Amino acid sequence: MAETLLTLRDVVVEYGDLTALQISSLSIRAKEVLALIGPNGAGKSTLLRVIGLLQRPNAGKVYFRDEEATRKNALRLRRRMASVFQEPLLLNASVYDNAALGLRLRGLSGGEIEKRLLPWLKRLEIGHLGMQAARTLSRGEAQRTSLARALVLEPELLLLDEPFSGLDAPTREGMLDSLRDIIEQKEMTTILVTHDKFEAYNLASRIGVISHGRMLQLADNGAVLMHPRTEEVAEIVGLQNRIPGVVESGNAGICDVRVHGGKVRVLGRLEPETPVILCVPPEDIALDAPGETSCQPVDANRLVVVIGNISPGLVHYRVTLRCGDVSLFASVPRVKFSELGLREGKKITVLFEPSAVHVIELRRDS
Amino acid sequence: MELIWQGVVKAVELIFGFDNEVWGITWLSLKVSGYATFLSLLVGIPLGMALALTQFRGRSVVVAMVNTGMGLPPVVVGLFVSIFLWRSGPLGNLELIYTPSGMVLAQVIIAFPIVAGLTMACFQSMDPGLAVQLAGIGASKPQLLWLLCKEARLPLLAAVMAGFGGVISEVGASMMVGGNIRDQTRVLTTATVLETGRGNYELAIALGLILLALTFAINLLLTHIQQRGQIRWPRPS
Amino acid sequence: MGLASWTAAVKAQAEPKHVILSTTTSTQDSGLLDVLVPSYVKQTGYNLKAIAVGTGQALELAARGDADVVLAHAPSLEKKYAAEGKLINRRLVMYNDFVIIGPKEDPAKIRTAKSVGTAFEAIKQANAWFVSRGDNSGTHNLELIIWQVAGVKPKGSWYIETGQGMGATLAIANERNGYTLTDRGTYLALRKRLKLPILFAGDKLLLNIYSIMEANPANGPRINAPGGKAFAHFMVSAQVQAIIKSFGVKEFGEPLFRPAAGSPESDLGG
Repeated sequence: MAETLLTLRDVVVEYGDLTALQISSLSIRAKEVLALIGPNGAGKSTLLRVIGLLQRPNAGKVYFRDEEATRKNALRLRRRMASVFQEPLLLNASVYDNAALGLRLRGLSGGEIEKRLLPWLKRLEIGHLGMQAARTLSRGEAQRTSLARALVLEPELLLLDEPFSGLDAPTREGMLDSLRDIIEQKEMTTILVTHDKFEAYNLASRIGVISHGRMLQLADNGAVLMHPRTEEVAEIVGLQNRIPGVVESGNAGICDVRVHGGKVRVLGRLEPETPVILCVPPEDIALDAPGETSCQPVDANRLVVVIGNISPGLVHYRVTLRCGDVSLFASVPRVKFSELGLREGKKITVLFEPSAVHVIELRRDS
Repeated sequence: MELIWQGVVKAVELIFGFDNEVWGITWLSLKVSGYATFLSLLVGIPLGMALALTQFRGRSVVVAMVNTGMGLPPVVVGLFVSIFLWRSGPLGNLELIYTPSGMVLAQVIIAFPIVAGLTMACFQSMDPGLAVQLAGIGASKPQLLWLLCKEARLPLLAAVMAGFGGVISEVGASMMVGGNIRDQTRVLTTATVLETGRGNYELAIALGLILLALTFAINLLLTHIQQRGQIRWPRPS
Repeated sequence: MGLASWTAAVKAQAEPKHVILSTTTSTQDSGLLDVLVPSYVKQTGYNLKAIAVGTGQALELAARGDADVVLAHAPSLEKKYAAEGKLINRRLVMYNDFVIIGPKEDPAKIRTAKSVGTAFEAIKQANAWFVSRGDNSGTHNLELIIWQVAGVKPKGSWYIETGQGMGATLAIANERNGYTLTDRGTYLALRKRLKLPILFAGDKLLLNIYSIMEANPANGPRINAPGGKAFAHFMVSAQVQAIIKSFGVKEFGEPLFRPAAGSPESDLGG
């Protein structure tokens, strides 16, 4: 049974009339990596600040290891956590002095600081920059310094607010790898806020989906991706193709769903008349090419669509397909594309397997 | 031109000849304006920080008052302070009129809006995220304020120099509240006016030069502290 | 013994130890006070604060009780305050005189004028520069009285009002090579810098009489009546009058002031 590190209860944050955050209950387990994803302005950063005791909510309580955070103990509890933010704001001093700041604030001596800090600087590959002025660093080096500043504190809870979003792709990947190694090795409890889903899937054991200040779904990594609870979650999680429909009939684990433009067969046990959203990954949508019928399974779903925008890509072409007032995206290999001779406005049929379809049941109250 | 050269010679004579009266006047100038600047920092810097970092009802009114206060004419301040400090005035029983303490009071009123206004601008131009990040690695409230001040050392010292410069050089308030009394409230600026009126131009120029030298020396020291460890702007290659 | 004397002792202690003397800038500029004040302080133990302002302000400060004693040289104004009872015990202290200085060539030919009024009239007729202090000081007020006596309105491009003290006004007159009315003391002090000689002197109107007056204790709270009285007595004492008689002789060859204590006003200027 995993121990609980931090709990939020009935937390509300308001800015005037706007409710920025409303979380009735959230528990952070020790040693887990929790990713919070959601669109801009969803309240992720606000939530992180409340957790880090950097912002007091208008209502609700925060408990750190069963100790309620109050005005009196806030500083002491806050010092058991450390935060890293998107923009590395450093002081006008050397890299070493910046990274040592947290330790200095806690009253450690120069010798102790040196002993603890130097290995961390080396580990984050900024050991050679120790004496350099922080103002002259590149964005990546500055963010590494910011990370070192937090990690050297060996906090019980590490809070990261989009730490890599300001970096270019190769730098970001490098830092992601470093971070993952560190988190795994130190078994550091981490909360990562990001709008990059791949970062989330890469690092996290649990994923929380936040929108408009509310936690829409909080589940293990795979679960959120595979089984988004609502259409909004599906959109945030990155399921691009969402087709609304109504269950017509179901029998022995196979259901027929009526959608605009035809019927789709899916796997699942659903009651008739249930409204659903069907999600199909773009890679699983195949374009029906005349003369290839022999390769396609007999019971594959077929839909008639109209080709919309065609976006060329390095390996794949991204083709927009219109099915009624729903837009679908198909990912077509470059080679295949030229073979099919597609162009905007053309009517074609698409295929996808029932097993490729994720079904979201729409609850009456959702 | 000859007059100025004579003034330079006289200035050197007075200072290095340790003329008692001139040294006394110089020391008093330094004491009065020094105290006044120190007190203005005590009042002005916290006020400026509070205005920059907090929100409260009526804040914009206070900000406008501070900004207006930055341009107060010293002679007007002197007049109003005198009226209060005269025996016939409401604060007459403090017996501050025609004393150095009264002059310090007037100079504090002149200087603290300057210090507050510049401090406020300095902190407002800092990234607000910095305070959050420092808290995020465990800074307490006092540690946070101290770090922000250290980070703002450049513009803060400029505020100190502006406050000091404003009062060491003013004559209107010193004259009205101090009375330019020999050996009691005569400072470099009021003495310069006196000697000019008497037609002793050499002496007046000498006093003026001493004042300039004094101000320059102090600002040299403050500038050194301010610019220590600053990164030079790199030349565009 | 007992409560009465104890209260008296406390009251005596509560009296301000300082005396505020208001006087004019020209008096301060002469340097006489720099000699007399330390002597007064030593003799009486009071801390004397001598404030030099314009004549009008000097008298007004004492009238309001913000000064204990006033040394001024504007008899007509002083008499007005005395009549109102605001300033009391007017005593003559010393006097000197005003002179008219001007360009060496003397275009208005005032050297031979019969009276100061005719001299002023001649200046206007010659359309020569006249530099006035224009600051409501004692000097300026006297100048205006003379214009009145001469029957001339001092207006025109030939008439310059500086609004400043005697020293600055003399400098401007020097620059313009114009006529101006000045007290002899300031003239003597600045003589080496000026190229304008004395062209007219001696008219009884040109007497510059310095008197000391005490502030009426009823004028305001915290007036140091004994201290003010002590200074008035000090100024008319034989010792000080002797100092006044010889003040300036070493530096300028002639005294800047003549003692007047005890003499009736009409006797002065012989």
